[in-house]
Amino acid sequence: MSKIGLVRTAAIVLPVGALELLCRFGTISPITIIPPSEMVRSLYFILLAGQYQADITATLSNVLVSIVAAMLAGLIVATLLESLPAIRRIFDPLFATYYSVPIYAFYPLMIVLFGLGDLPQIAIGFLLAVMAVIINTLNGLDRVPQVLIKVSRVHRLSYLKIALQVRLPSAAPYIFTGFKLAVAYSFVGIIGAEFITSSRGIGYQISYAYNNFDNRLMYPLILLVLVVVTTVNMSLYVWEQHLLARRRT
Amino acid sequence: MSSADSMNTAVAEAGRRDAEWVAAAPGVAAAVHVALRDVARVFPPRGTQPALHALGPIDLDLIKGEFFAVVGPSGCGKSTLLDIIAGLVPPSSGQATFEGRPVLGQVPDGVGVVFQEDASFPWLTVFDNIAFGLRERKRPEAEIKEAVDYAVGFMGLSDFSGAYPAQLSGGMRQRVCIARTLVMKPRLILLDEPFGALDQQTRLLMGDELLRLWRETGATILLITHALDEAAMLADRIGVMSSRPGTFLEIIRTGWSRERDSTIVSQESFGRLTSRMWTLLREQSIRSIGYAKGHA
Amino acid sequence: MKGRDTLLLVIILVTGWQLLYWAVGEVALRSPFDTARLLVEMLKTPRFLPHVSESLMAFAEAYAIAVAIGLAIGVSLGASRFAREVFEPVLVALYSIPKVTLYPIILLLFGIGFPAKVAFGAVHGIVPIALFAMNAISNIRPIYLKTSRVMKLSHAATFRSILIRAALPEVVTGLRVGFSLTLIGTLLGEMFGAQRGIGYLLMQAMSLHNMNNMMALTLLVILFAASANAGLLFVERKTNKHL
Repeated sequence: MSKIGLVRTAAIVLPVGALELLCRFGTISPITIIPPSEMVRSLYFILLAGQYQADITATLSNVLVSIVAAMLAGLIVATLLESLPAIRRIFDPLFATYYSVPIYAFYPLMIVLFGLGDLPQIAIGFLLAVMAVIINTLNGLDRVPQVLIKVSRVHRLSYLKIALQVRLPSAAPYIFTGFKLAVAYSFVGIIGAEFITSSRGIGYQISYAYNNFDNRLMYPLILLVLVVVTTVNMSLYVWEQHLLARRRT
Repeated sequence: MSSADSMNTAVAEAGRRDAEWVAAAPGVAAAVHVALRDVARVFPPRGTQPALHALGPIDLDLIKGEFFAVVGPSGCGKSTLLDIIAGLVPPSSGQATFEGRPVLGQVPDGVGVVFQEDASFPWLTVFDNIAFGLRERKRPEAEIKEAVDYAVGFMGLSDFSGAYPAQLSGGMRQRVCIARTLVMKPRLILLDEPFGALDQQTRLLMGDELLRLWRETGATILLITHALDEAAMLADRIGVMSSRPGTFLEIIRTGWSRERDSTIVSQESFGRLTSRMWTLLREQSIRSIGYAKGHA
Repeated sequence: MKGRDTLLLVIILVTGWQLLYWAVGEVALRSPFDTARLLVEMLKTPRFLPHVSESLMAFAEAYAIAVAIGLAIGVSLGASRFAREVFEPVLVALYSIPKVTLYPIILLLFGIGFPAKVAFGAVHGIVPIALFAMNAISNIRPIYLKTSRVMKLSHAATFRSILIRAALPEVVTGLRVGFSLTLIGTLLGEMFGAQRGIGYLLMQAMSLHNMNNMMALTLLVILFAASANAGLLFVERKTNKHL
């Protein structure tokens, strides 16, 4: 591993190690935090026992629905807005202000509108994710070099073909950025919503465990969320580097 | 008729005589490939900006198979002229015809264009870039492979067929764009300052390649360039444009043989050509820069 | 015109709201006009104001902490290329995790109440402020540093006259994003495990199915967040103008 990698690993491992020691020696009581090694051990057994399988599946499938919906809706809306500059200009302030509004403030409203199933959480995840897709797709479509459009016209391509075969591939790196954000935001939105109030899901189980003072259950689940989200995000990052390698000078 | 109009007509007339002379020499019939009559482009007023008379009026005949260069100061409308001939932009007045048919709103079949900016598709390999037009026409893959391999070899890109544009130099990317045009077998090739972004040595060598291309395909070529030596070396005839709104000040006949290459730059007639162009253009260039600086 | 477009946008949004209200009805929504009226009445209620001030104070404190710590981290990482390469991926990873999962930990560390809210809000704001500040410092064009050396400026003078101005725009952007995120974090913190504050009121309204309060409170939050963000955008544009 490179020197940077080593230092980074140390920077993460050392505080965790210190935490472990502090917990083991009783300086930090298990009522507050349990030792990291315990977290890992308990997580292993929890996953093995499978009693939270339903919750894990529920959360992950909700996240997936949110991502797919956000990508589809986002791509369509962005493509439409790009061809209607007057309307896009009107919505510009919305793009600039959207993420400053606490989306969770709408959660009670979502529950009233959609009932107590999974739909309110998915709605929150979708609302958070879709705007990132729209903004980044618009960004990518804006940056299609004019000369590529000219070339397509020299080749006498129809409008639809230009959109699909030239503008979309050209904007692909930016669309991928939107995709990464859609994934991250879907996790944040849905797990956060489950936390606030829900009937199932990982976020719900964490909240439940907290309310029942069950640290041995809560911390492993928190660790699970952190590990899953970080792994997914980092894999996307690596995949992106690979995909874009051939387009980088 | 104003003095500008009458000069325009006189130049056009002289141009037509030259064109016939050019065409008559190598035994090719004096067929007019592209004809421009009274072509002008005026951009309508927008907001606080007044109407912009960008080009014209232009009268021009391009003879089938000739190599025609256009030189002129920046902003004189050379690119607009090319856009009009290609059908990318309609003229505000007048008409352009290609092979007898008017050019209206759509790029006619048989026309290829090479732009100044890098127009290679970064998400396709060199091979796929060049094959792009043929694939659009749904040609069989075997035919495509043969044509593309030939173009790749012709343009000296054989080692890079599977590479992506990001891995190539600027000159090589332009070669990819030229190959992509070449493979469609265009009858008219328009080039808008294709070597503008390249260094001088590369440009001279690319000029040689362009001449090879011209002889190989027998296409009519219109080259826009700001480099006088490039025009003098490559063209059969050179149209010298005035500052905006661009009209032809003179059409110069170079008289080179078809088999020329970059070595002609050392000939005395080459120097005479460039000095003739510069004499015409110097005042035009001062005028266009002077406008920018706010002088009368 | 920017102003006219914004007005048009507001009209479109309010119209959409009204249409949704007509579609869904009193059981799930209130009309824009009613909501505005309810909000005004709520603001006049004496019992309501302590909650507002609680939220504002928590937010202000959280933001101050986020700015202080965020800038400190960002500037030190930005100054050292090695430190930046080591820690940037860590910061980026922290940015994308659902910080709500850390909330129980914060509650256990700080106990329920005001300090937990502040800590939670601060945690949301620190990372973006640090990231933007870090990028701002590391993106300072080397030519500026060369120039200051040629002019023989001291470290302090270089920092004062050149670095701050060069890095300012991006830092301001980070402060704006941090503002919004701290607000989100503070509100989120209030939405569970709190006994006072706007977030608490929001959750209470939901559990009692008090549509009036819910709509009015949501509107209040939106108005505050949107206008604060618009104000900060204005400031941001002003600092960017000189470049």
